[in-house]
Amino acid sequence: MIEFHLDARSGVSPYQQIVQQVRHALRLGLLHEGDQLPTVKDVVARLAINPNTVLKAYKELEHAGLVAARPGIGTFVTATLSDVSLTAHGPLRQELRRWLLKARRAGLDDESIEALFRDAFRSSGAEDVA
Amino acid sequence: MTDLMTASGLGKRYGRRWALADCTLRVPQGRVAGLVGPNGAGKTTLLHMAVGLEKPTTGTLEVLGGRPRDDAGQIGRVGFLAQDTPVYSRLSVADHLRMGAWTNPNWDAGLAARRIGELGLPPGQRAGKMSGGQRAQLALTVAMAKRPEVLILDEPVASLDPLARREFLQLLMATIAEDKLSVMLSSHLVADLERVCDYIIVLASSRVQVAGEVDALLATHWRLTGPRRDPRTLPADFDVIEESHTDVQTTLVARCDGPVHDPAWTVGELSLEDLVLAYMRRARGGGLASGRGAGDGDTGNGDGGNGEGGNGDSGSRGLRVLR
Amino acid sequence: MIQLTWRQFRAQAMASFGLLAVIAVVLAVTGPHLVQIYDTSVAPCAAHNDCAAADNALVNHDHFLQGLGIVLVVVPGLIGVFWGAPLLARELETGTYKLAWTQGVTRRRWLAVKLGLVGLASVAVAGLLSLMLTWWASPIDRVNADPFGLFDQRGIVPLGYAAFAFALGVTAGMLLRRTLPAMVVTIAVFAAARLGMIWLRWRLFAPLRLVAQLRFPNASGHAGSPVQQLGPPNPADFVISNVTINGAGKVIGPQGAIDLGNGMYGLGLRVNHGQPSVPGAGVCPNAFPPLTRNATPNPGLAKAGQVCFDKLGIRELLTYVPTTRYWPLQWCELAIFTGLALVLAGFTFVWLRRRFP
Repeated sequence: MIEFHLDARSGVSPYQQIVQQVRHALRLGLLHEGDQLPTVKDVVARLAINPNTVLKAYKELEHAGLVAARPGIGTFVTATLSDVSLTAHGPLRQELRRWLLKARRAGLDDESIEALFRDAFRSSGAEDVA
Repeated sequence: MTDLMTASGLGKRYGRRWALADCTLRVPQGRVAGLVGPNGAGKTTLLHMAVGLEKPTTGTLEVLGGRPRDDAGQIGRVGFLAQDTPVYSRLSVADHLRMGAWTNPNWDAGLAARRIGELGLPPGQRAGKMSGGQRAQLALTVAMAKRPEVLILDEPVASLDPLARREFLQLLMATIAEDKLSVMLSSHLVADLERVCDYIIVLASSRVQVAGEVDALLATHWRLTGPRRDPRTLPADFDVIEESHTDVQTTLVARCDGPVHDPAWTVGELSLEDLVLAYMRRARGGGLASGRGAGDGDTGNGDGGNGEGGNGDSGSRGLRVLR
Repeated sequence: MIQLTWRQFRAQAMASFGLLAVIAVVLAVTGPHLVQIYDTSVAPCAAHNDCAAADNALVNHDHFLQGLGIVLVVVPGLIGVFWGAPLLARELETGTYKLAWTQGVTRRRWLAVKLGLVGLASVAVAGLLSLMLTWWASPIDRVNADPFGLFDQRGIVPLGYAAFAFALGVTAGMLLRRTLPAMVVTIAVFAAARLGMIWLRWRLFAPLRLVAQLRFPNASGHAGSPVQQLGPPNPADFVISNVTINGAGKVIGPQGAIDLGNGMYGLGLRVNHGQPSVPGAGVCPNAFPPLTRNATPNPGLAKAGQVCFDKLGIRELLTYVPTTRYWPLQWCELAIFTGLALVLAGFTFVWLRRRFP
């Protein structure tokens, strides 16, 4: 059974953090198909957050097809992400390394690199939606 | 489903001072509603009226569809935790539970005993000899074990140390996860409320400054920064809550239903705390005088005048209710 | 709610009833002894003609325990202060009313049960004390034959005192919302009410009166002590006043005497420039034999003095309450205090209803 934690200062909303932590656990192989996620009651008893937050997160995961809720019993994992392991993306990782080198040689410091990346990431996401 | 709380023009006067004025609210059930505001803003007054410990001077108030009055049915549906958690100092923990059993028809003795056990409160300990945190836990257990439909808590964690505060909120959240309880709690610390509330009411200068679902509020309030300019040049659907200018820069906290198109503004999200503070600062600037109905988006600096009402509300002054 | 009231009241109740039990035991142990003394010495004393000695032997017995009568005077006040005043005041002062009135019991029921149970306990304590003391002291009371003297320490009035003091305490606590001020106000008002009632008690029914002609001090003309000749028919009757009045009914002196200023000549007469007069009544209309400076015996003076008194209508007036009124007065006083208690209790309900929703 995994355990959630909340980073109050991260700027990411609590329910997003839960979703991310579930996905992360799936990716790392900590959760397998059939494993049960912590009950809403257990999560809120540990984190002292609103139960609706947890419900929202579990619902989003359900929409993404990763988990399924069984009423009265709990929420269980139905798919994994660990098939999509990081090692399968070796070429992507190489490209990213090369780009980072280029950015550093161009004189960008860490913050500018992050800002540049985030900006491009967001606008590319918006383009996809549009 | 009946609302958790409905208030219309609610007001309470002590002598010549209005502790609460012109309060209009509709809080849906199934929420954890946070009531936030500076001390003396009227939070305790509102909560006391909700549980029948104070009589309104003007207006109406309904909790779970019933008017708070000296009626066993109404009293039984609402659990209350008063500020500074008064307990009978000469009675023990077990005595308090017995008191709950004797005076509440729906008393869940098993739940009470379980909670006391989980909390590690010694049953024979006199309430007067316990720490503030323990007293709060005891009072919360008594309020919960009577199985109310709504729990009303007046600054329950104000005098607790950080650990006691966290444990209190953990207990509270675990209970509402189990029982689908509605909660209204007041605090003058926003950080606590940010974790647990999904509905927020900001009370300042004895008036409701803003009330609504937290998600909806955060989705419609922005921080806009940009080169110095007059906020009156903003489109009409912008409602400026707070503005500050330097010689080169203008920063605004504004409410806007749609997206911000003007590229001159850098748009940032607000935390709940920032939003609450903006409204509180605006209230303090203008005080109780809401006689000045402002023009569009013109709140001016230090002018507490309120714009016309927001989304289809009842139109009473000093109110912004969002769905 | 009854259980909760008992749980909160438990300590006080046990202390009081414990004390009551101790007193009961002490009285039970010493009581029969008194009865025995009465039966052996006092009852047959008339035959032996030593009643005075027998009475004294009985009355001087257990002086300390007779002081228990004072307890009956004090206990109702204590009940008001320690059971009545904190009932509402402490809840309002400490804020526990916010806990008590948001459980599942209405305020009305909460107050009704508390008032009822603790009020009943108050009345029971006073009643039991009075019962025990009245029983224990009955031999002594029979000898002393002064029921009115111990009116508020016997019989049924202590129940009324206790009920009133309790209700008064509760009301004071509710209005003042602080325990200590409520206690002070309770004892002050209770004392005032009791003192006021004592005055009223003897006037509830019109008192009886006896009148007699005042006798000039001494037939031989000697100045002598006042000749109070009136006494109540029954020595146990309560004398409200015994005064000397003139023809118009105005009081001119106490108990068969006449209030003289200076220049007195004998008793009852003043001589200023010739004709004797009675201060407050007027100049004597009859003739007097020649008066000498010193108070030498003069039978003519005595006769003339008596004629003067009769002519001026100087009389002795005794106002008293007969012993037959003892029980009617006990019931009246009980009714008055109980009525006040009920009024105060009703007021408490009304006030709470107005003050809270």
